[in-house]
Amino acid sequence: MTAAPAAGDGAFAPRILVFSTNNISDPGIDLAGSSHLHYSPGVTVINLPCTSGIRPGWVLYAMQQGFDGVFIAADGEECAYLPDCARRTAGIMTDAQRLLEADGFAPERVRMAAICSVCAEPFTNYMHEYSKALAALGPARKATA
Amino acid sequence: MSAAPRKIGVYVCQCGGNISDYVDVNAVVAAVEHEPGVTVAKTAMFTCSDATQQEIVQDARELGLDGLVVASCSPKLHTYTFRDVARRAGMNPFQYTQVNIREQCSWTHTDDHAGATAKAVRLVRAGINRTRLTEPLEPIVVETTPKSLVVGGGIAGLRAALGLAEVGLAVFLVEKEARLGGWVAGFGDMFPHGRSGAELIAALEAKVRAHPAITVFTNAELTAKSGSFGNYRVTVAVRGERSETIQLVVGSIVVATGFDTYQPAEGEFGYGLDGVVTLPEFKRLLDGTTGPLQYHGRPVETVAYIYCVGSRQSEDAGTGHTYCSRYCCTAAVHAAVKAAVIPAKPHQVHFYRDMRTYGKYELLYAEALATGSVFVKYPDEEPPAVSRDDATGRLTVTARDRLCGGDEVALQADLVVLVTGMVPRANDDLTKALKLPVGTSGFYNEIHPKLRPVETVVDGAYICGACQGPRTSAESVASSLAAVTQSAAVLKRGTAALDPLVAAVDPAACAWCGACETTCPYDAISRVAADGKEIATIARTACKGCGGCVPVCPSGAIDLQGYRDVQVRAMIDGMLEAVTP
Repeated sequence: MTAAPAAGDGAFAPRILVFSTNNISDPGIDLAGSSHLHYSPGVTVINLPCTSGIRPGWVLYAMQQGFDGVFIAADGEECAYLPDCARRTAGIMTDAQRLLEADGFAPERVRMAAICSVCAEPFTNYMHEYSKALAALGPARKATA
Repeated sequence: MSAAPRKIGVYVCQCGGNISDYVDVNAVVAAVEHEPGVTVAKTAMFTCSDATQQEIVQDARELGLDGLVVASCSPKLHTYTFRDVARRAGMNPFQYTQVNIREQCSWTHTDDHAGATAKAVRLVRAGINRTRLTEPLEPIVVETTPKSLVVGGGIAGLRAALGLAEVGLAVFLVEKEARLGGWVAGFGDMFPHGRSGAELIAALEAKVRAHPAITVFTNAELTAKSGSFGNYRVTVAVRGERSETIQLVVGSIVVATGFDTYQPAEGEFGYGLDGVVTLPEFKRLLDGTTGPLQYHGRPVETVAYIYCVGSRQSEDAGTGHTYCSRYCCTAAVHAAVKAAVIPAKPHQVHFYRDMRTYGKYELLYAEALATGSVFVKYPDEEPPAVSRDDATGRLTVTARDRLCGGDEVALQADLVVLVTGMVPRANDDLTKALKLPVGTSGFYNEIHPKLRPVETVVDGAYICGACQGPRTSAESVASSLAAVTQSAAVLKRGTAALDPLVAAVDPAACAWCGACETTCPYDAISRVAADGKEIATIARTACKGCGGCVPVCPSGAIDLQGYRDVQVRAMIDGMLEAVTP
């Protein structure tokens, strides 16, 4: 494992793990790139078929291993698999927050929002806001950071 | 997992500068070439080029590669390209991982070359870690029934039924109403050929009725679907003197249930006042008129059209009708052109927001202008108001004209036509029976609007026509023939290969609680006895691969192939390793 990456000025730059969906939010995130919108390179994405398939344990694992926040880019009402996807994903997020808290991490270290297939700007804005919020919280693994 | 070390080939694409201008691809290769399991790592100008594909195949043969990582563009673009390369190279296509270092790296970090390079290393490591844990998977092959069911007997459904029969498939056509033809059967002359909708439908219906391979059920509805892709068992309820229920087995289902027209609320743009009608009501009036235009016995000298009624509403309205219905500008302008040629031609004034007579329909707009129609552009935030003088019975439309500096216009009219858009049909029972995905506006959702425009996440269930969203009859027929092609492509082959990226149960870890069975809306999970206990089993052909059951299992006994627990955790590890090229 490694120390958190430093931004150009040496300030703490949080690492964010994004869970996206193959058909809806990942294309939205792709569009941010195609539009040359910028967000922190500390953001990395794992794409899945549907955010209802996220194990809450993955969120905790990400934090324990060195991420500072997890962002779930959900499909909202647009999910082509599950009509109640938003409710399911919200439940997963609540479970993940419970796991985080039990392990001493702030529940704000996991967030979710609906990202559509053309939501390039909203995604970029979320990444800016979340990076800022996590920077204020400081590194997740304070003991070793 | 095999104990032998993996032999993975890693190819980092320069994308002709799209990646290499911002990411130091040589540094990426240097950082990952000694990762465990990596046999070869190199960069290429374009990994998707024939030359590089050939090089990958050659490397795989010479080095005995059993895993492939291509770090290039979005998986949306080349997943199938490189699965095919892997297959040609003698690897299992599902032991390949596409790593997105263009859309999600070089292009979004054009301002930070060092950051982009370090991130690319982490992404490629995550891809290698995932690939190291892949297992060879075989597509799920199912035999298919060479029969198709079409739901909806409007122009799209009729054309689809005929198309399917013409390629040699047996077809069942199910129509809810007593007659075939849908909306178009009620239309008069249509642009551009001038033939009436009724004539078009009559000709199409005659062919459908005469075709020996097509069975038509009217007064009938699909009420249930079971089975799996390629062999769906459907129940059709037929109403009539003796109502009956029919069971059919079909390989594909084409849904062409069409649209409904927007019904304005009482008082919306004066709807409910005598003389305020919707566009479909006006078209019926017009189609039935030969002499001077009259409404309720009164001559109609001035017609006012108000556009975007029920379309492009603000999100705050909460109606969901935020979309443009796209056919209504053309339909209203077409009606105006028709009205201009009847005796005692009325004055026609169009209150519009934006004129969207796209493509060749622009010619109709030009014709409307040439035949005397006047266009007034009203502001989005201030729609026209309609009032009626009870003494004279005359209607007044008041609006601001953006093209005249926002001046207020008050027009006395004998008839006000509300140009209403398309709304989704209330088909809840069908939607539920087929488990079709519905979008925010209530129309059915395709998998991909450009690349898979008529396929749905329900394999073998295709959507076409206006049940997908507002469109013209010509566009509906085009999409219905796309659905025919997709059906035929699967059913004429006799077998279908499905992606094996579905959920699987670990029998040792499962202690049957039923949570997964309850959570799956596709009825893919059931209980079986195995080794003296009860466990869950997943029907691979019914599973859609969403993974919704994965977090529901209290014992963590379910994994989604391609996204297994160990793989996701290994990807997280890869994304966090120190970057020291």
